[in-house]
Amino acid sequence: MTADPMAEIREVFFQECEDQISELEMGLLRMEIGQGDAETVNAVFRAVHSIKGGAGIFALDTLVRFAHGFETCLDRVRSGRLAIDPAGMALLLRSADALTDLVRAARNGEGAQDARAQALATELERLAAKGDAKPPSAPTLPRAAPASSPLRTWIIRFTPKAALYAHANETALLLRELSRLGTAEVEIDSSALPDLTEMDPEDAYLSWTVTLATHHDAATLRAVFDFVEDDCDLDIFERPDFAFQDWDNTAAAESAPQPMPAAAIETLPPHPVEAMAAQAESAGTVGATIRVDLDRVDRMIDLVGELVITEAMVSQRVLEAGLARTSAIAMALEELEALTREIQDSVMAIRAQPVRAVFQRIPRLVRELAAQTGKQVRLVTEGEGTEVDKTVIERIADPLTHMIRNAIDHGLESPEARIAAGKPAEGLVRLVALHRSGRIIIEVSDNGAGINRARVRQKAIDHGLINTDAPLTDDEIDNLIFLPGFSTASAVSDISGRGVGMDVVRRAVQAMGGRISIASKPGQGSTFTLSLPLTLAVLDGMVVKTADQTLIVPLASVLETLRPDGADIHPLDNRTAVLALRGGYVPIIDIADVLEFGSRIGQPEQGVALLVESEGGGRAILLVDEIQGQRQVVIKSIEANYRAVYGIAAATVMGDGHVALILDVDTIVSATRESSRLEAPRSLSQVF
Amino acid sequence: MRPGQAIIAADNPMRKLIAFRVGRQEFSVDVTAVREIRGWTSATMLPKAPRYIRGVINLRGAVLPIVDFALRLGLPASEPTARNVIIVVQVGPKQIGILVDAVSDIITLAQSRIQPPPDIASETVSDFVRGLIALDGRMISLIALDLVLPPDSAVAA
Repeated sequence: MTADPMAEIREVFFQECEDQISELEMGLLRMEIGQGDAETVNAVFRAVHSIKGGAGIFALDTLVRFAHGFETCLDRVRSGRLAIDPAGMALLLRSADALTDLVRAARNGEGAQDARAQALATELERLAAKGDAKPPSAPTLPRAAPASSPLRTWIIRFTPKAALYAHANETALLLRELSRLGTAEVEIDSSALPDLTEMDPEDAYLSWTVTLATHHDAATLRAVFDFVEDDCDLDIFERPDFAFQDWDNTAAAESAPQPMPAAAIETLPPHPVEAMAAQAESAGTVGATIRVDLDRVDRMIDLVGELVITEAMVSQRVLEAGLARTSAIAMALEELEALTREIQDSVMAIRAQPVRAVFQRIPRLVRELAAQTGKQVRLVTEGEGTEVDKTVIERIADPLTHMIRNAIDHGLESPEARIAAGKPAEGLVRLVALHRSGRIIIEVSDNGAGINRARVRQKAIDHGLINTDAPLTDDEIDNLIFLPGFSTASAVSDISGRGVGMDVVRRAVQAMGGRISIASKPGQGSTFTLSLPLTLAVLDGMVVKTADQTLIVPLASVLETLRPDGADIHPLDNRTAVLALRGGYVPIIDIADVLEFGSRIGQPEQGVALLVESEGGGRAILLVDEIQGQRQVVIKSIEANYRAVYGIAAATVMGDGHVALILDVDTIVSATRESSRLEAPRSLSQVF
Repeated sequence: MRPGQAIIAADNPMRKLIAFRVGRQEFSVDVTAVREIRGWTSATMLPKAPRYIRGVINLRGAVLPIVDFALRLGLPASEPTARNVIIVVQVGPKQIGILVDAVSDIITLAQSRIQPPPDIASETVSDFVRGLIALDGRMISLIALDLVLPPDSAVAA
């Protein structure tokens, strides 16, 4: 635990900022495509407002100042005083980006790039001024209400819960802030106060009713309670006899505990804000969520993993005891097994998150890339709700970013070139996520020029990756771009040319047990398809046996299995040999020998060969004694109690309770390649 | 019992140790470091590990390395049988299984009865032995386990 409690609170604040920023981006994007209803605008406003409020506590002045200007502008929008045109929308989006940067800078304790934020703040101010003659004043609530708003009388019933005081909030301050908004009458209700002997000093017994005559709307009143809204019962409604509008509508909107049907909001065009506030409030109570320490979830996943193993062990013992499958105990065990699997799935689902978390970063990236390249790009995303394990989400962000960069930088043409080719000037990048047969598929496609095969081929020849006369199919040429050190950009650009190419993407994807493929049509564009496991906590493995040891080979790296024919095995020296495979030579690695497990039982031709591909794209034959089958295994760390082990990625526990090691195919293949110098000449079968 | 032994001075706290046998020698570790004691189960061999690493076993889902203590000290060792014992100890953030012949005793004694190790230029002694205890004519070495695992830097690459 952190020694400094303030640092912890600060961390929570920044975590919440991340959530607010997602909310903000999502809302703005919805507004951009014209789906921004009143609720969306309000959500956007509240996100900025919350960030500002939190930043104020930590004296992050730059952040507060910027958020304030931003908020002011958004407030004009939500109150309907400011209409947003495309230019204004772009400004809001850029401001969201700037706010994100300011938050990140504050989190890392860096100085912010003041100049850009300053310029944007000025623009925001100008935009806000369009909606209001008065420029924004000092960054404090409440703002001066426009004189045009009618004077209305509101009843505010406020019943704090014990948690409100426990969180160090002060009722008096809230009531004072409220009374500043207009003319207030405050009444205290002490009827709930128990006898002194029964009173819990830490509980809350008082409630207040404020009658407030003000020009402000309900949302402004509600904003006073922004930071305590979860810790109190709050009721805000307009006193009927002073109402300017239909009382029934307002009352329904204000007191409705369940979500309002969308149609109901549209019936309130004159003052949509109240309905929005009610919506936002009730939305918070519907899909209730809790924040849980990830360690706790991981602990649970570990325990369930244990349960699965123990269950398998019991089943095996029962089988060994010679009990019939129809015996009561075997039947009960079957039921237990089904239950255990279900628990495992449910626990895994806790860690599952929608890919939205990653997809949300993409629109900004696209905006920036479009600006940098001078290309016109429209981004379409689908399947943002597709869920996948948190660890996978964390690790797809970088490859995905790179693929998007690649699609815009290399895939799409310039507007001029597109028009010349008879296409619309605006290029399209599609980002799609979906589940397919127990894996998550992510597609990045563009409608650009497609892969320039002649250039790719020439480049591969120049780099000595293929022979000049290599007979490659179109598909094979397309796949050349995944080779290490290959980059199709003729000039190193600021965007993609950072010394990394698609080979890095492929390596990252394969490290997760995934695969990447490309399909391209000249003139019509390219589609990259990622296929990833739904979780990194379990792995599909091939159970093999060699030198009497059981090992797991990740299924993702196994391309095929074969029984080598003795005639195809060519020894190079007393230690190394190659296998002739479809016209090429693939080095043979005897796993027992490499891991020093002693000798394999038979000659190479008596073993089983697994053709594997390492993350670096290198191929090799792994020789083992036998294949025992395929199964899903729970990944266990060896390093937690020991240290990194050569050639071994992790371990797992088998049904009999024994530990089996999971092979690190990449290390083994690359180490062998380095030591045996089996690089040249690269034939096609080695490349693919 | 010697006179005055029952009086526990602040600078002479009581220690509780678990003693175990390896071959004909007796060793002990502080009881606070011991997590559990279990019987021997066959371990999964680790590639390129030092000889004294017997491999890894499954301890309720955690992968536990097993150190053959006799081999670690350079003593003659035999193949473990079901009668051997694994003492699971906590060493820093890691849990390690120590393979020994048997647990022999649980000793409570005053700190002052632990004599400093002799000044011998033996790496084993300086690496592991933290004190010597004379008890009923037996000699028990108090050992520290910080160096029982091979150092990380020794990972064969």
